[in-house]
Amino acid sequence: MEYEAVIGMEVHVEINTHSKIFCACSTAFNAPANTNVCPICLGMPGVLPVLNREMVNKSVAAGLALNCTISRWSKMDRKNYFYPDMAKNYQISQYDLPLCYKGRLDIEVDGQVKSIGITRAHMEEDTARNTHTLGGGISGVDFNRSGVPLLEIVTEPDLRSAQDAYAYLTTLKQILQYLDVSDCNMEEGSLRAEANISVHPKGSKEFGTKTEVKNVASFSGVAKAIEFEIARQIEVLESGGKISQETRGWDANRGITFSQRSKESAHDYRYFPEPDLMPIVVDEAWEQRIRKSLPELPLAKKRRFKEQYGLSDYDATVLTSTRAMADYLEAAVQAGADAKKAANWIMGDLQALLTDAKQEIQECKVPPAGLAEMIQLIESGTISGKIGKDVLVEMFASGKGPKAIVEEKGLVQITDEGALVAIVRKVLADNPQQVEQFKAGKDRVIGFLVGQVMKASRGKANPEKVNEILRKELSA
Amino acid sequence: MAAWHEKTAHEISSAVRGKQVSAVEVATSFLDRIAAVDGNVDAYTQVWPEYALAQAQAVDAKIARGEDPGILSGAPIGIKEVICTEQGYTTCSSKILEGYQSPYDATIIKKLAAAGAVFLGKLNMDEFAMGSSTENSAIKTTKNPWNLKCVPGGSSGGSAAAVSADMCTISLGSDTGGSIRQPACLCGCVGVKPTYGRVSRFGLVAFASSLDQIGPFSKDVEDAALALNVLCGKDPMDATSADLPVPDFTQALTGDIKGLRLGMPKQCFTEALGAEMREKVMAAIEVLKKQGAEVVEVSLPALDYALAVYYIICTAEASANLARFDGVRYGFRHPEAKDVREMYVKTKSAAFGPEVQRRIMLGTYVLSSGYYDAYYLKAQKVRRLIKEDFDRAFTQCDAIVTPTSPTPAFEFGSKTADPLEMYLSDIYTIATNLATLPGLSLPCGLCASGLPAGVQFMTKPFDESTLLRVAHCYEKNSGITLGKPPIA
Repeated sequence: MEYEAVIGMEVHVEINTHSKIFCACSTAFNAPANTNVCPICLGMPGVLPVLNREMVNKSVAAGLALNCTISRWSKMDRKNYFYPDMAKNYQISQYDLPLCYKGRLDIEVDGQVKSIGITRAHMEEDTARNTHTLGGGISGVDFNRSGVPLLEIVTEPDLRSAQDAYAYLTTLKQILQYLDVSDCNMEEGSLRAEANISVHPKGSKEFGTKTEVKNVASFSGVAKAIEFEIARQIEVLESGGKISQETRGWDANRGITFSQRSKESAHDYRYFPEPDLMPIVVDEAWEQRIRKSLPELPLAKKRRFKEQYGLSDYDATVLTSTRAMADYLEAAVQAGADAKKAANWIMGDLQALLTDAKQEIQECKVPPAGLAEMIQLIESGTISGKIGKDVLVEMFASGKGPKAIVEEKGLVQITDEGALVAIVRKVLADNPQQVEQFKAGKDRVIGFLVGQVMKASRGKANPEKVNEILRKELSA
Repeated sequence: MAAWHEKTAHEISSAVRGKQVSAVEVATSFLDRIAAVDGNVDAYTQVWPEYALAQAQAVDAKIARGEDPGILSGAPIGIKEVICTEQGYTTCSSKILEGYQSPYDATIIKKLAAAGAVFLGKLNMDEFAMGSSTENSAIKTTKNPWNLKCVPGGSSGGSAAAVSADMCTISLGSDTGGSIRQPACLCGCVGVKPTYGRVSRFGLVAFASSLDQIGPFSKDVEDAALALNVLCGKDPMDATSADLPVPDFTQALTGDIKGLRLGMPKQCFTEALGAEMREKVMAAIEVLKKQGAEVVEVSLPALDYALAVYYIICTAEASANLARFDGVRYGFRHPEAKDVREMYVKTKSAAFGPEVQRRIMLGTYVLSSGYYDAYYLKAQKVRRLIKEDFDRAFTQCDAIVTPTSPTPAFEFGSKTADPLEMYLSDIYTIATNLATLPGLSLPCGLCASGLPAGVQFMTKPFDESTLLRVAHCYEKNSGITLGKPPIA
């Protein structure tokens, strides 16, 4: 029998406000345990939460970018359960009236655009972090994360494959990063994805029993876990078994999902409206203010790059993949670089350097204006394209400007006819065999000879001129 | 001349600022009084003699430098155990917070200190403010200064008894369903529950967040106005505190209530009200009539459901609010637990008293899946109806008058066997909290048993000025002075 998979995603993203959602503590990651804490996020007796306005702003921005309706009136609720990572033994979240709802996100899979429904995006507080590695039978709790703002984004069951899920996650991350509302760093836990997966015979309208896969550390891990889970469920059904509704973990080493918790022992969270906080009223004016401040989103930027700069679809896609990269290109163009040339350098040599150094473009020592200047040195014939590559390496390593490097290392291109003729003659004299071959009609040898001249000039010779002089000398 | 401990805060403050007495002398007088009578009353759970004298010295030093320490200069104040103070302990009279020291001061503690108040110590209460007799304290049993065999009321029993027995000028209480007004009535002092949102709750250990409000106990209405001047106002740390201007409440004490419409809810003057209490309250209404008030009958039909609604909402909120007392971070932790679950169960079972456990279970039940709509949601709807009843009534009147308590103080143990009987002690005060209104209780004479009776006023939200004006007018013209309770 043929089966179809149905997948819905729940993604928690930490919103990158400076302070926590209900207190003034820093949200910085990696601080020593229990240093970014106060009576409020520790749940001491007598404390009260006050909602961080910036959290609402950023959540509304995310909601708008996900084409959601923004609730004019929403509220926070208490979700009750006992666990040592819960300072108050209830989490302040949103239950029946989320801040954002009924949105959609368009994703591209194999050149096809799919629209994924966004059920809701709601605000809540993160929990503390338990550690069980202290030894001596002791568990520790680090409350630095307690009260870090989270936005939980839930999709409709609109995804059909691991590929869909992967595309959804990357598109979502790209948008959230563009908005500067989250770092979306899975390693630091600022983005956590859970997938609800079920399968049913193709053509059947009824969905199968779903399982929930949690605790996956990367997008590709999510895709692999979904693939595994789809295959597992089909196998269970084919062998006459039943899928049990449960939460499953992902073992990345073994590449399998495993049962963690059965839904029969599901909590009754006893949600009720948080009496310590006022309703959240986002009026038309507030929503418009945020809508106007939204940056150009990836899809629009990509279209503009194609039109304005004449970039290919591929190049525009790559260069708008992050806001930082797009900003870099535009800054280089602003500084006088030709857009297509700048694009080639960014996607080629600069990207290679970044990849090697495991750096992001916004961290790199080459400023966009520096790249533009270097490109102009090539345009004006001051250096060759080949020397340009070396100059960029040096700029990347030292942060020096291209002109300084060219001067310091004497890399100015040799365009002087006399000097070039002298080098060419010496090369011809040193390579009589190749000269013979050329004269015998083997035109391709010219490439070797150009290479020798470039080598002799330590790359500084103007290749076009060298070609010209070589031909003249050889035909002489 | 009367001893300093018999005086009011406004008398003390003006004498201290006028250099007729030092704050240290005043504090000493109160500390001596506590040493003399609290062995009988047991109002204080902690007394801070050194801290009190140090604060008094600081007030005196300011005055010596020509500075004004504030409108409560040198006024000795007692604090209910449920309010967080860096000084001493904040136990909520519960075993689960035995020895707990708050890392911060409640907003109102900071405000009072900035107004020149001197803190004497902490006052006993029903555990986590749950009760109407202070018999639910895990620390001690506070007695009614008017009759040591009787309860002081609750939950702020220690706060009421301390003011009544001259062991502080003003004390702080919290009122969730009558916990300031009922003990004020039973102990013969003035007690005010301000409008919900009027006073910051930051640093008040929460019982029922949508109902809790801090307020003062005092010997007269003027002191209540003075205390409210300091306590009220928006606090950025409390999202539910109202961003409204705070008038000078002492300006409301004009003595003039001519033309004021006083509403008498018929539902509050039924057979449930004891004959003696009825007589006292009716006499109080007569006094106000003579001063020019017009009495109108109003109806609050949803009032019959107030007690049921209250015990659903307050227990629901309490079940979440008290969840944090789990032995993980602070307070009592049962030493014999083998795992996390057992730690929770053993800690809570051993350290919460029976009334607290009863309310946590009730609250958990009414919020449970399948029961939420029938209980919690329904209760919220009826709460709205009660509020609408009051809104309607206030189109017909400016203030509402009712008894504060159906009976005067009762004997220890007389209601502990039947929780419902105990809950009925708050029948007249609960609706005020549900409707978020301000309410005030003040003495209206002594019953034949020698126990105080009290009358309650309520007004529209944030109209504490009218509340104080009516109470003050009654106080001035009633011709009643309770005198002093018959203790040493």
